[in-house]
Amino acid sequence: MTRKPRDKRMSIEEVVGSLESGMTIGIGGWGPRRKPMALVRALYNSDLTDLTIVSWGGADVGLLSRAGKIRKLVYAFVSLDSIPLEPNFQRARQTKAIPEVVELDEGMFQTGLRAAAQRLPFLPMRAGLGSDVMVNNPWLRTVTSPYGDAEELVAVPALELDVALVHLNRADEHGNASYLGPDPYFDDLFCMAAKQAYVSVEQVVDTAGLTVDSPVQRLLLSRMMVDGVVETPNGAHFTTCTPDYERDERFQKAYAAAAGGSEEDWQAFHDRFLAGDEASYQEAVRAFQEEQA
Amino acid sequence: MTEVSTGSTTGVTRADVCAAAIADAFKDDGEIFASPMGMLPMLGVRLAKLTSNPDLVISDGESLFLAGVPPLFAKGDVVEGWIPFRKVFDVVAYGKRHVMMGATQVDRHGNQNISAIGDFAQPKRQLLGSRGAPGNTVNNRTSYWVPRHSTRVFVEQVDIVSGVGPQRAKAAGPAAARFNDIHRIVSNLGVLDVGGPDDTVRLLSVHPGVTVEEVVEQTGFELDVPAEVPTTREPTSEETVLIREMLDPKGLRFKEVPQEGLRQAQEPTR
Repeated sequence: MTRKPRDKRMSIEEVVGSLESGMTIGIGGWGPRRKPMALVRALYNSDLTDLTIVSWGGADVGLLSRAGKIRKLVYAFVSLDSIPLEPNFQRARQTKAIPEVVELDEGMFQTGLRAAAQRLPFLPMRAGLGSDVMVNNPWLRTVTSPYGDAEELVAVPALELDVALVHLNRADEHGNASYLGPDPYFDDLFCMAAKQAYVSVEQVVDTAGLTVDSPVQRLLLSRMMVDGVVETPNGAHFTTCTPDYERDERFQKAYAAAAGGSEEDWQAFHDRFLAGDEASYQEAVRAFQEEQA
Repeated sequence: MTEVSTGSTTGVTRADVCAAAIADAFKDDGEIFASPMGMLPMLGVRLAKLTSNPDLVISDGESLFLAGVPPLFAKGDVVEGWIPFRKVFDVVAYGKRHVMMGATQVDRHGNQNISAIGDFAQPKRQLLGSRGAPGNTVNNRTSYWVPRHSTRVFVEQVDIVSGVGPQRAKAAGPAAARFNDIHRIVSNLGVLDVGGPDDTVRLLSVHPGVTVEEVVEQTGFELDVPAEVPTTREPTSEETVLIREMLDPKGLRFKEVPQEGLRQAQEPTR
């Protein structure tokens, strides 16, 4: 009898329970697309503090900044796409509620993750040169090509993560995971840049099921990059998780209105949707959707 | 279709002029990835692909290269490639790309800001963040679209430099200047570039019905104004039909540039 690789299934609570204050956490997806929102909601409700968050940001950054979880934010943008500016992020920046911010060009961000994934201290790049990315992050250094051209490039530092949180469509219990939507984003890089990587998925299937109806190229994560698997149906809500579901625009509007409204507006949104666990969130979302229908 | 305003039957609208001016910004690009950010840039790029530059490579703004030229925000039919974000960054570095971005601020030296207004440490107004502007401007051709030309947008000095203008690129060294190529700034009033003295913003043309004085008044820095400023060309009848009947039959473009018949407006004075 063959022995199988280990079963890495965990609960949301087990994932968040394994994290510590002060950690550097990379959050996968892109803006309002395929974000591990169930895990983010649990972070929002946790006792963790002083986090460094690394994200091409959307409501993940908005929620965590609203909850005062972020000591340092590394980002290139924070946007909800159909609502270009993220109200909770704007509020946090305009009241200086995030003590340290590192705004990078969005390609630099990839290069930094790639350097970390390749265990390099930095990788060279043009992006950043001449812009205020270099002015507002005066610790960024350049490096001169040792070859004849002697070009002076940005030495994009490795974005090393303690933890990566990503959300995909399917995984097996061992951590092999596939995306079924249009874009892998950078979830593999996040996992490879991190000491520990947790993937939440719409559905856990057996290994053979991962390729039964989709090409093998859709397998983005190998189990060797993954430490834990969490099944969280609708767990990317209200961001996209194509083709399982698209962005919940009505809910996003309600979120943005509460985030940009008064303290009472936010408190009401928090009480209705965010105060409980993931099951009660999903229940409240179903009720919201029925009201709107 | 209900009574959607697609322009008077004879009058060419300002939005149509802007679309044609944007199309012209892409006409000599050859076979490169045209990346429009926003509605009018998307319209202009698709117009260019249907007229002056059929070699343009266009995407659905998500992850697919489209072989056809669908109307604004319609799903494409034939797909000719895959361009997820990770490959967009590859193409930026490869250089065969022309992006037209928005700009909350543009200054006299063609620097652009989409990051924040005020002091970076505690901005008065947090915007998107610099997105890809720093990388775009030192890697591939970059243009800007400004739907409301005003002294709030065209400022002496941007608060935060997201997109790098030619002078700053040169100051940052040959690696920054090598591929810096700020091509056009198209606004609702005219077409500009950075060909003025010391790489400053220059007025190339004013749209029909707009005066040079109006552009100067709405620009918050000393604009380089050549002795002769031509009028931006009007779209051809072919282009007008393509815009109205094929690319934007719903008149979405008027959300960015409100409708206004040009023939009733006064002629430019110079």
